[in-house]
Amino acid sequence: MKIGVLLKQVPDTETKIKIRADGKGVEEGEIKWVINPYDEYAVEEALRLKEKAGGEVVIVSAGPARATEAIRQALAMGADRGIRIDTTGIEQDPYTTAVMLAGAAKNESFEIIFAGKQAVDDDCAQVLIGVAEKLGWPHVTPVEKFALSGKTATLQRPVAGGTKEMIEADLPVVVGCEKGLNEPRYASLPGIMKAKSKPVAELKASELLGTERARINVTKYSLPPERRAGKIIPGEPEAAAAELVRLLREEAKVI
Amino acid sequence: MGKLNCTDYYMMDQLLSEEELMIQNATRDFVDNEVMPVITEAHRKGEFPKHLIPKIAELGYFGANLPQEYGCAGLGNVAYGLSLQELERGDSGVRSMCSVQGSLVMYPIYRWGSEEQRKFWLPKLAKAEKIGCFGLTEPDHGSDPGSMTTRAHKKGNKWVINGRKMWITNGTIADVAVVWAKDDENVIRGFLVEKGMKGYTAPETKGKWSLRASVTSELVFDDVEIDNTTHFLPGTKGLACPLGCLNQARYGISWGALGAAMNCYETALKYAGERLQFGNPIARYQIQQEKLVWMLTEITKGQLLSLQLGRLKDAEKMKHQQVSMAKRNNVWVARECTRLAREILGAAGIVDDYPIMRHMMNIESVYTYEGTHDMHTLIIGADITGLEAYRVSEDKKK
Ligand SMILES: Cc1cc2nc3c(=O)[nH]c(=O)nc-3n(C[C@H](O)[C@H](O)[C@H](O)COP(=O)(O)OP(=O)(O)OC[C@H]3O[C@@H](n4cnc5c(N)ncnc54)[C@H](O)[C@@H]3O)c2cc1C
Repeated sequence: MKIGVLLKQVPDTETKIKIRADGKGVEEGEIKWVINPYDEYAVEEALRLKEKAGGEVVIVSAGPARATEAIRQALAMGADRGIRIDTTGIEQDPYTTAVMLAGAAKNESFEIIFAGKQAVDDDCAQVLIGVAEKLGWPHVTPVEKFALSGKTATLQRPVAGGTKEMIEADLPVVVGCEKGLNEPRYASLPGIMKAKSKPVAELKASELLGTERARINVTKYSLPPERRAGKIIPGEPEAAAAELVRLLREEAKVI
Repeated sequence: MGKLNCTDYYMMDQLLSEEELMIQNATRDFVDNEVMPVITEAHRKGEFPKHLIPKIAELGYFGANLPQEYGCAGLGNVAYGLSLQELERGDSGVRSMCSVQGSLVMYPIYRWGSEEQRKFWLPKLAKAEKIGCFGLTEPDHGSDPGSMTTRAHKKGNKWVINGRKMWITNGTIADVAVVWAKDDENVIRGFLVEKGMKGYTAPETKGKWSLRASVTSELVFDDVEIDNTTHFLPGTKGLACPLGCLNQARYGISWGALGAAMNCYETALKYAGERLQFGNPIARYQIQQEKLVWMLTEITKGQLLSLQLGRLKDAEKMKHQQVSMAKRNNVWVARECTRLAREILGAAGIVDDYPIMRHMMNIESVYTYEGTHDMHTLIIGADITGLEAYRVSEDKKK
C-alpha cells in the first residue's frame, strides 16, 4: 500500500516569536524548528498502517531547504522516503500549498493520505481539505480513531458535547489526524542512522503551481498584548472565594 | 541545519553533523518526556526506574557505539557522547545504567569475547533481554585494582572463582557479571558469571546518599564453577583489559557530567531571572551573574574538550591520558556547578522540587568511580613528567 503523509515544519511551540520589521512575517533566525505536532500523529498512523498492510510511507512537505530536517525526522521514525517541494521565492498560502502537495501526491498515486488536522503555526486547517479537493477525494478531519478493512476506512470524529461521529469512507481518502489518535514513537538511534541514507527527492514549486497564485495576502502580523500580572487573593477559602466573586462582578464585570 | 537543544554558547552545533544533532535532540525529548517525570520519585525511593529499561533498549541506547551487525546502533562517538549527556541531564543513575551495559559489559565481550560469545550476548544485551554488571573493584582494592585478590583457578575445562567485589553498579539486578580475577599465573582475566550459578550471590548495598536511582551491590564468589569455552573471555590478559573498558566508560562520563552541569546551570539561570529580591530579579546582581558566567564558561570549555576527544576517538588517536583529562575536568565542573546552582536557588535549592541536590549527591559518586579525580590527576602527571606519583617503588619505601 502506498501511503502519503503531508508534513509541515513549524516553530517549536515554546519559541518566543518576534515579528519582522516589515510586519509581514516572523524573524526566523532564533527559531527552533520541529515537525508540526499533529503531523506526528499522521506519521505514526501511516507507519502503523504500513506495519499491518505492508507497502511504503512517503513524506511530502512544501517548504524551504530547512524543511528537509523535518522530513529526515519522519524518516528516522521509520518512513521510507521523502519529497520536498522547494518553495523558495514562492508566495505560499494554504491554497498554493494545497495545489503543490496535491500535484506531488498525484504523481505518486497514493492510496491514502494522512495529515495533521492543522498546523500549529498559522492554525489555518485548510491544506488537507484543499489537497482532497484538488485530488477529488473525500477527507475526514479531525480523526481520533482509524481502522482499515479492505478498501474501507472507519473513522471516528469527536463532535461537540462528547458525541462521537463514526464515518466510513472508501479509499482513497485524506485523513486529518487529531491528538489522541495514537502515541507517536520516538526516533530510535538506529532509525536516525538509517534516515541519513533514505532518499529525499526535490520538486520545483513553480512546476507544480503552473499559473496558480496565492489567494491570501497577509497585510500585517502583530503580537498579542503583554498579559497583565495576576492577582493572588489571600485569606481563608470562604472569604477568598467571596472576594473573588466580588472582583469578578465589580472589577472584571464578567459575571 | 538543526540546532543543539541544550546550552551551546560557542555554537558547537556548527561542528556537528545533522545526525549528531538529531541524536542529541531525540535523546533530550526522550529524557524530558520519560525520565524527568519519574526520576525524583525514583531517587526518593532509592530505586532504579526499571520500567525505563525496555524503552531505553528499544531506542538503541545500550552499546549504541558498537557495530550494527551485533544488533547495536553503530553511532559515532560524538553522537554517542551527546546521547549520554542528555541521559545524565536526567540523572547520573540512568546514564550509569547505559555506561555499564554498553562500555563495561558489551564492550569487553565485543573486544575480547569469542565470535560465539559476541553473537550470543551482544544482541541480548542491546535489547536488555539481559542486564550486565562489571566487577573490578574489591573491598580492599579500589584505585589500585591490579592488586586484586579475587582468584580464578583453572580446573580442566572449568574455572573456579573465589573472592569478593564491591560497589558494583547493577550487581543485584544483573543477569551476567563481567568479573575480573587473577589466574594461577597471577594474570588478570575476564569471566562471565551468570545469576543463579552455584556459589554466586549479589546482595544490594543499602543506605547510599548518592546515585540513589541506581542499584549498587557486592558480588560474592564462593567456589563458582564456570565453563572455559562459554564463560571465559579468551582475549583478556592483564590489567590493560579492564582499564580499556574503563576508558570507554570514562569517555562517556566526560559528556554525561556536562549534562548534569547543564541541568543545574539552566535551572539556576531560569530561577535567577524569576526570583525577585530587593525589587529586582537576583540575576540583576553581579555576584549571581558571576556564578552563572562561571558555570557557562566551564561548561563550554568542557563541551569542546569532549567534542575533540570524541573526534580523536573516532580517528582511533585518543590517548587514555586525554580521557583522564576530560573525565577529571568535566566531572569537577559538574560538581562545582551543582554547588553554585544550589547557592543561586537559596533555600529552594535544597528540596527535590528542583534537580540540584540530586545531581550534587550523584556527582560525588561520579567524582570517585571510574578513577577518582586524584588518580586522573596523577595519571596525567605521570604522562607529562614520566614519573608515577601514585606508585611508590620498593627502594623508596625503605
Ligand atoms: C556508586 C558507585 C558505583 C560504582 N560502580 C562500580 C562498578 O560498577 N564496578 C566497579 O568495579 N567499581 C565500581 N565502583 C567503585 C569505584 O570505581 C571505586 O570506588 C574507585 O575506584 C575508588 O576506589 P575506593 O572507593 O576503594 O577508594 P580508594 O582507592 O581507597 O581511594 C580513597 C582516596 O584515596 C585516594 N588515593 C588512592 N590511591 C592514591 C594514590 N596512589 N595517590 C593519591 N591518592 C590516592 C583516592 O583518590 C581517594 O580520594 C563504584 C563506586 C561507586 C561509588
